[in-house]
Amino acid sequence: MDHLIGLVGDGYALVAADRKVAHSIIAVKHDEDKILKLDGSKLLGCVGELGDTKNFSEFIQKNMALYALQNGTELSTHAAAHFIRGEISYALRRSPKLCNMVLVGYDKDVGPSLYHTDYLGGMHKMNFGGHGYGSFFAVSLLDRLWKPNMSLDEGIALMKQVFVEINTRFLVGGSTFTLKVVDKDGVRTIDLGDDEMKA
Amino acid sequence: MARRYDQSTTTFSPEGRLHQVEYAIEAINNAGTCVGLLCTDGIVLTAERRVVSKLLAPSKTSEKTYTIDDHVVALVAGLTADANILINQSRLGSQRHMYKYQEPMPVEQVVKSVCNYKQAYTQYGGLRPFGTAFLFAGWDAVHGFQLYQTDPSGNYSGWKATVIGQNNQAGKSILKTDYKTENKVEDNLKVAVKILLKTMDSSTPSPERIELSTIRRNEDTQQIEHYTLSDAEVGALIEDIQAEIEKEQKKEQASTGDI
Repeated sequence: MDHLIGLVGDGYALVAADRKVAHSIIAVKHDEDKILKLDGSKLLGCVGELGDTKNFSEFIQKNMALYALQNGTELSTHAAAHFIRGEISYALRRSPKLCNMVLVGYDKDVGPSLYHTDYLGGMHKMNFGGHGYGSFFAVSLLDRLWKPNMSLDEGIALMKQVFVEINTRFLVGGSTFTLKVVDKDGVRTIDLGDDEMKA
Repeated sequence: MARRYDQSTTTFSPEGRLHQVEYAIEAINNAGTCVGLLCTDGIVLTAERRVVSKLLAPSKTSEKTYTIDDHVVALVAGLTADANILINQSRLGSQRHMYKYQEPMPVEQVVKSVCNYKQAYTQYGGLRPFGTAFLFAGWDAVHGFQLYQTDPSGNYSGWKATVIGQNNQAGKSILKTDYKTENKVEDNLKVAVKILLKTMDSSTPSPERIELSTIRRNEDTQQIEHYTLSDAEVGALIEDIQAEIEKEQKKEQASTGDI
C-alpha cells in the first residue's frame, strides 16, 4: 500500500511518498514518482487506485495550466484545493475517483499550506497529514514531534525519522521515498541518501 | 449599400463590418450617461437616471446600478431588459466561480465571461446583439481596484476613468482636464457629479435624477463597501459644483471685460 505524508514548516511545506508500484504480490516498480508538480508553487501527492491517480492528478494539472493561460495568473493553493475537492465530490456518485491526496502549496500572502483530501471528497487544511498504512506511523510520530515553524532542516530530519519508522514497523519493508518541498522559490526535489532510512 | 448587409448579425458587409453590432452600439449613445472614476482608495460611480413620468412609482431597486457580487458592481447604459439578462449572467458566472474555487472571481474574469456571452450573439444563432454597455467596477486581490467598459460587440477594455451613454464625448473632455489619477474618492465625487451636470440635458438637476455611489475597501474587515450617497449628500455636491461653475463663469466675464 502507498505511503503519503506531508507537513508544513517555517516558510515551506514538505510532501513525501513511497516509490513502489504493486500488482497483487508483485512489486512491479521501485522508482515511481507519486507527487505531481501542479504548477510553480504547488505539489500534489496522489495515491490510491492505479489509473485514477495518474488520470485525475493530470486532469487537475492541465485544468490549472489552462486557468493560468486564460487568466494570466495561477490559482491560489486554497482555490486549487477546493477545485480538486469539487471534482472528487462531483464524480463521487457518477464515476468515483479513488484518489487520496495531500496538496501542499506556497502563496505569498498566506505562506505554506497543506490540504488533506480523501477519495470521498472530505478535505481539511492541516499542519501535517497522510494517507495509507504509513500514515498511521507517520501521524503518530508527528503528533509527538511536529511543532510550528520548524526550519527546513528540522522538517527534513523529521521526515527521515518517519521513513525509518515505516521501514522498521510496517509489515512490508524496503520502501524508498521521494521527498519534495515547496517554498517561496518554488518546487524542488530533495535528494535523500537511501541507505539512511532502512530498518 | 449597407442596407443589403445589415439585416443579419451573422453577415459581414463588403467593408468587413458587422452593421447590426454597430447599430446596437448606437442604441447606447442615447442612453442615460454613466461615469466611472478610479481613485487611489476606491472607485466613484455615477449615472443619470431618466425619470420619464412623475406618476412612476419610485423604484426601490435601481435601473442603472447593479450589484453583481460582494466585490463587483455594474452600471448599465442601454436597453434595460437586455441588461437584466446580462446582469443575471454575470451574477451566475461569479457564483459558479465561487462554488468551484471558494474564492471571489477576479473582476476581469467576471467581465470576460459576460463579454464572451455577448460575443456569441454577434456570430451565430441569428439573434440580435444585446443593446447594452456596462461599466464594471470592483476590487480583487490580483489587481486591486479596477474599472472596465463593455459594449454589444463583446469587447471590453480597462479604464482609469470613462464615460458612456449620452454626451460621453463631452464627459470625456472634462475628464481630460479634471480627472487626476492621484485623486482620492472624496475628490473624484465632485468630478463625477460635474460631468453628469454637463452631460445631462436637464437644466434643473436634482438628486433624484442622479445615482452616485462609491466602492471602497475596509482594511480592517477586508470587506468591499459599496456605498450609495443619499439624496441630501448628492444635493450638497450639486450645490457645491454649481457654485464653482458660477464662479468660473464670473471670472471669465470679468477677464473679458478688461481690455
